[in-house]
Order: sequence, then structure tokens, then C-alpha cells
Amino acid sequence: MSGISSTTRLERGIATGALARLGQVAVLPVGVALRLLDPPMRWMQRFIGARRMAYVFLLPNFVFFGLFVFLPIGINVVFSLTGGTALFPSQRPYVGGDQFAYLFDCGSYLDPSSCREDHFWRGVANTAKFVVFQVTAMVLFSLITALVLNMKIRGRGFFRAVYFFPVLLSPVVVALIWKWILQRDGLLNAAITTLGGQKILFFVDPGWAMFWAVFVSVWAHMGFYTLILLAGLQAIPADLYEAAEMDATPRWRVLLRITLPLLWPNMIVVIVLALIKGAQTFDEVFVLTGGGPGTATLMVVQYIYETAFSSQVQNFGLAAAASVVLGVVLFVLTLLQFAAARRKEV
Amino acid sequence: MCLISRGPAPGPVSGEETTMRAVAPVFTSFVLSVLSATTFCGLAAAEPTTLRMAWYSDGNEGEVMADLLKRFHEQNKDIEIVLDQVPFKAINETLPVQLASGQAPDMARVVDMGGLSRFALDMRPFLKDPGYWEMNFGPFLEWMRPAGDTKAIPGFMTQLTVTGPFVNKTLFEQAGVAMPGEKSTWEDWAKAAKQVADKVQAPFPLALDRSGHRYYALAVSQGTQVFGANGEPDVVDEGFKRAAQLVYDWHKSGVMSKELWGSVSGTAYRGANDEFKNAQVVMYLSGSWQISQFAKTIDNAFDWVAVPNPCGPGGCSSMPGGAGLVAFKTTQHPKEVARVMEYLASEPVLAEFYSRSLFVPGHLGLAKKGVDYPTASPEAAAALKVFTASAAQISPIAYRIQGYSNSRIVLNAVISRLGQAVSGETTLEDAYKRITADVAQQIAERNKK
Repeated sequence: MSGISSTTRLERGIATGALARLGQVAVLPVGVALRLLDPPMRWMQRFIGARRMAYVFLLPNFVFFGLFVFLPIGINVVFSLTGGTALFPSQRPYVGGDQFAYLFDCGSYLDPSSCREDHFWRGVANTAKFVVFQVTAMVLFSLITALVLNMKIRGRGFFRAVYFFPVLLSPVVVALIWKWILQRDGLLNAAITTLGGQKILFFVDPGWAMFWAVFVSVWAHMGFYTLILLAGLQAIPADLYEAAEMDATPRWRVLLRITLPLLWPNMIVVIVLALIKGAQTFDEVFVLTGGGPGTATLMVVQYIYETAFSSQVQNFGLAAAASVVLGVVLFVLTLLQFAAARRKEV
Repeated sequence: MCLISRGPAPGPVSGEETTMRAVAPVFTSFVLSVLSATTFCGLAAAEPTTLRMAWYSDGNEGEVMADLLKRFHEQNKDIEIVLDQVPFKAINETLPVQLASGQAPDMARVVDMGGLSRFALDMRPFLKDPGYWEMNFGPFLEWMRPAGDTKAIPGFMTQLTVTGPFVNKTLFEQAGVAMPGEKSTWEDWAKAAKQVADKVQAPFPLALDRSGHRYYALAVSQGTQVFGANGEPDVVDEGFKRAAQLVYDWHKSGVMSKELWGSVSGTAYRGANDEFKNAQVVMYLSGSWQISQFAKTIDNAFDWVAVPNPCGPGGCSSMPGGAGLVAFKTTQHPKEVARVMEYLASEPVLAEFYSRSLFVPGHLGLAKKGVDYPTASPEAAAALKVFTASAAQISPIAYRIQGYSNSRIVLNAVISRLGQAVSGETTLEDAYKRITADVAQQIAERNKK
């Protein structure tokens, strides 16, 4: 410090002072605006009380939320009670619960072919199958990856970035990449034939199509869930592991008795989030398999999209009814997530 | 901007002068406002009217249209046209929503002319010579009119399409199999294509686009009638079942690959044009709109030919189709739209359009005179000749299906349900029941008021 001359110190002081002044000038309009707002706010606080002022501050957000979330939900419900092909609700005939009755008109809900709107129920069955396989695989692989990435391994930061990278990609890009890999003349078939095998038409076989739909989804989203579990793992106190080490506890026992129980709240969050996301699956599977072969990978959201927009008679009413049903299911799953989160806090 | 501010007048002033001084700026401002408003309005009146046209392309027709519109603007400075080149999917899925919400372009190139006919503008009051349109587009105008309307003129055909097969001649030669001749049946062609594919290891012996329209080229030749005695759709008849059985059996026996019909769901379209261009298809049933892109992309890679539609108990008819440039009644400038349409539909302009795009003309006068295709390769010229000959043999029932305002409902139901049967998800019998139910349900939904 003694080496620094008084001139240099002075220059630094001037520079700092100039920066500070620049900052003051920059925020000046904000200050002026706040000062202008101050008197009416004070008046309002006196008028409605300090506690109610919180609502005033929340109001702008509520307005946007209402406009872009609640209003569309309301419009959707209105559409679900109407029929015909007109676009504006005022021009659509009211049909009450007919759209729901049509959707639920089934001989047996376990047999989609016995339902009048069999595509909806095939979509429900496929989505349920997809969610079971995808969530199981997602939790399992995310957990394993998080456990490995939590260990002191070389290049840990690099691997963390690598696993998270697919999360940053657009679902359409992910699906297109995998489509190029899996199609008849794709990379995988090239590898298979190079090794002397026969080409496999992955998108013609229902089993393979569902397998790859699940695989691609897990590959694309695993990084996000791994990150949640990794955060959970890092929050586990190290002294517990030290104590276990002193007791010479086997590693599998440490995993079962310490790691997994303490990670359970994070696991619940991961399971519920993956469930919600799985039930909403559309873009990746739509681009990858187009819902085929037949309707083997047709998901509920694809059914809603096609019913409303890509079928010749744009049946907005039926699509809206199906989305209300899906919305109720998602609402229940969201409540589960809230309950799980509350339990974690306790 | 041009006002000059003055300082206060020196010396004492009278009451009247004070009033005048107070009124003068107001009066001046008023006069200036009126003047500027008049000038601005005058300028606005001189500004060109902007029209929007939505356009999809299979080949180079978008470029040709852009050229023609540029030329139109040079001759008509008061009208500017923005050409929105969009994917075919946008025409099918987005345009109907735009039309229903009143946000549509002024004109669009559409395929589902019947389905969108309720939004179409009847241009008769704005056309100089409606008789010209009746005379040259008469039979096709019926495809664009709402049910019951026999007079409206909503647009013209940018192309008349005819379905028909393309054959990879080189593969036949390599396999040493003779190509079936004219009037051969579908079964003959399927057998020959399979023999060729087996010998040269081609993955697609026979490919039909996954499209209801293409399926009906087969079904009409198998004798389907589509409509019952009451004029309403009666889709599943004996002819229909014969065609469906053929498609089903061909998938079972490997004549058709499941990659087209069985690999996607619902009404999704899948074409085999890329596979044909890559010499993976022996025989490909598509249509005349593919000529331009095949000529351009296949070039000398292999020899290809268009052959007449194969025959069946119902004859050898192809399916007609095409795309029309239609004006919409939501436009704010119907007169200007009519002027653009008149220019584009005029005989010399349309002849140039068909000629450069390699399209079968949808203009009766030009069809009679014949269109020259100087840019066409020998393969393309030969194919155009085959398709033009096929157009003359189209059966009345094929025209009726194409002109029916709910035709897309029928075509889509067929493709969706047969696709399920082909993939092994349902039986053909189930598919027949579902097709009948889907058509009835969707027509009822469309008719709900």
C-alpha cells in the first residue's frame, strides 16, 4: 500500500466519485418518479391502512395474471360448453355438458375402442403409460447422475454442464436430432448395419416408438431434475457421513439410511414435477413420432391440438372439454406438489 | 415546425388589439392544422393500397408469382401486394382460424376450396368481365362456391392437379422386369413393383401418399360411389372396401411399407417424394404437382416416367384436384383485390404462370389451346403429357368428390382410420364403422348453428 503514490490514490478517488455521480444521474429519473408517487401513496395508505397496501402493490401482477391465465381458462370453460365451428363464443350454440358426455361415452374406460371418442381415450392411456415409464426412468437416472456428480470426481463441473446442456435445447430441436438418429437411414441404423445387423424401423413398431419417446424425454429433461437432487445432496450435513465413516458403515447402508431419507423431500418435488410435465407432453413426441404408429404414441395434448386445429372441422368445443379434463388432473397433481413442498418445509 | 415565435409587442395596446392578439395564434393554429391535415390526407390518398396474399409452394410457383406481382405493381403503382410465402400446413391450419377471426389476408392459395367457401368473396360486382371467368373456370368455380350458390366467382385455379403414378424406370431396367402397359390393373402394377423391389433391394415397392385424396384415386377405380341415393355421403360401399382391402393386404405382404401409412397418427399427411427422389421407391402414386421438383432434383440420377392411372372394376380414373387463388370477403379493398385477380387470371399471364411452374392448366381456354413448357426437361414434358391425357378421363364421381364441400371430412376420416388398421391397431371392419361415425359426427358439428 505504501508503494501507491498519493496522486494515484487521488485519481482513484476521483474515478470512484465520478462513477458514483454517474450512477446518481442514471437513477435520477427513478428517484424523481418515486418522489412524485410518494404523496398519493401516503394518502392512499392513510385512507386504506398500511396492511391493505400490500394488495395495491400486488395488483399489477394480478391484472397480468388474470388477463393471461385466468381469462383464457374462463374462455376455455365457456368453449367447452358450446358446439359448432364458429370461433367467437357469442356465435357458438350452448350445448351444456354434451361435449363432456361425448368424451366420457365409453363401454369400458379401460378399453379405448369401446369409447365413442376413442382417440381421446387412446391419448389418455398412452399418456398414462408414458408418465409411468418416463417418471420412473427420470427419477432413477437423475438420482444416479446426481449421486455420481456429488462425488469428488475429476471434471465434475464439466460433467454437470454436459448433463444440463440438453435442458437448454428447444424440444423441437431435441426431437429432430433424435429423429435423424433413429430413422431408416439414420445414424443408429447405420451403426447397426455396419456391425452386420438388420435395419430396425423404430417408428413403425409401437413398442420401439414408445421406448424412444420415453428415452428422448428423459435425455432432454434429466439435467433439470439432476440439479434439484444435487442441491438436495449438498444440503445434507457432512458430519452425518463422517460419523458413518467412523462407524465403518457400508456405503449401501449410508445410501439407504442417510442419503435417501434426507433426500426424500427433493425426490417428492422431482416426482411431482416430472408427473406434471409428463402429463403435458406434446412437442417432443409429436415431432419425433407424430403420434404413431397408428395411435401408439398419441398423447392427450396432441389429441387436443388436432381436434381444435388440424382436423377439418375445427372442433374447439370438444378440444376445450378435453383440456378442462386435463386441467383438472394437472390441478390435482399441483396440489400434491404443494402438499409435498409444505411437508418439506415442516 | 414552421411557426415563428415572436416576442411581446412593444407599447400600450387597446382592448380590441388584446383580443385580436389572443385570437390570432388560435386562428393561425387552426388554419395551419386544417392545411396540414389537408396536405396529409392528400398524401395518404396518394399512398398505394397494400394487399396481402398467402401462398404455399410445392415447386417454383412462389418465385413465378412473385415475378408476376412485381410486374403488376409496375403497371399499377396504386396497389402493392405483400406475398406471404407460408408452409402448406399454415394454409390448412392457421388460415381457417384467421378467416374466422377476421384477420385473414386479402387472398390466399388454398386447396380446401369447399371448406373455406363460406369466407370467399364473390367478386362479380368488381370484375370487368365476369363472363370470361365463367367461360374459362366454370367447372372449377363450383369447387369454390358455398353449397347452393351457383353464381359466385371467388377466384381461379392456380393449377389443376391430377393424381397418377411415377415410376422409377431405371429400377425396372436393373431388375429386368417389364413395366405393365396401359390399362394394366393395380394388382398388375403391385406385383411388378414388388418383383423389382425384391431384386434391387428397394425398401418401397409401391408408395401411396398418406392422403385421403390419393386413396380415392384407387377407390374410384375400384368402383366406390361415395354418395348414397339421398345425395349424402355413404362412404363405405363395396368399391371402397375393395380399395381398403388392397391397401391393407399390400401392407401385410410388403408391397407397401408401413413407414408412410402406419408410422404417424390421425390425419397427418406423409408423402414419399423424398424417398422417390432417393431411388427408394419403385412406383409412387402422387400427382402432377410433383413434376417440377422431380425434374429439378432428380436430374440425371435415374430415369423416371409418369404412367396412366392403373385400372380396376370402376375404370382408370385419376382424382382431380388443385389449388385455387381465392379472394376473401374480409378484405377492406375488394375493388383492388378484383383488379389483381383479373390481371393474374388473364390468359397471357396465366399461360406464363402455368408454363414456368410446369402446371396442368386450370383454365379451359388454355387447356384447349395447350400450354408450352419450354423450360421443361424431356422427362417433365413427357409426364405433363401423360397427366394432361389423364385429366380427360376423370370420372364424374371423382369430380363430385372433389367438389363436395365436406370432402375433406370424408378424406380425413378415411386416412385416420385406415392408418390405424394398417398399423395393426384395429381391424378393417372396425375402421369402416369408425369412418361412418366420424363423417356423420363431423358434418353434424359443422352444421351446428
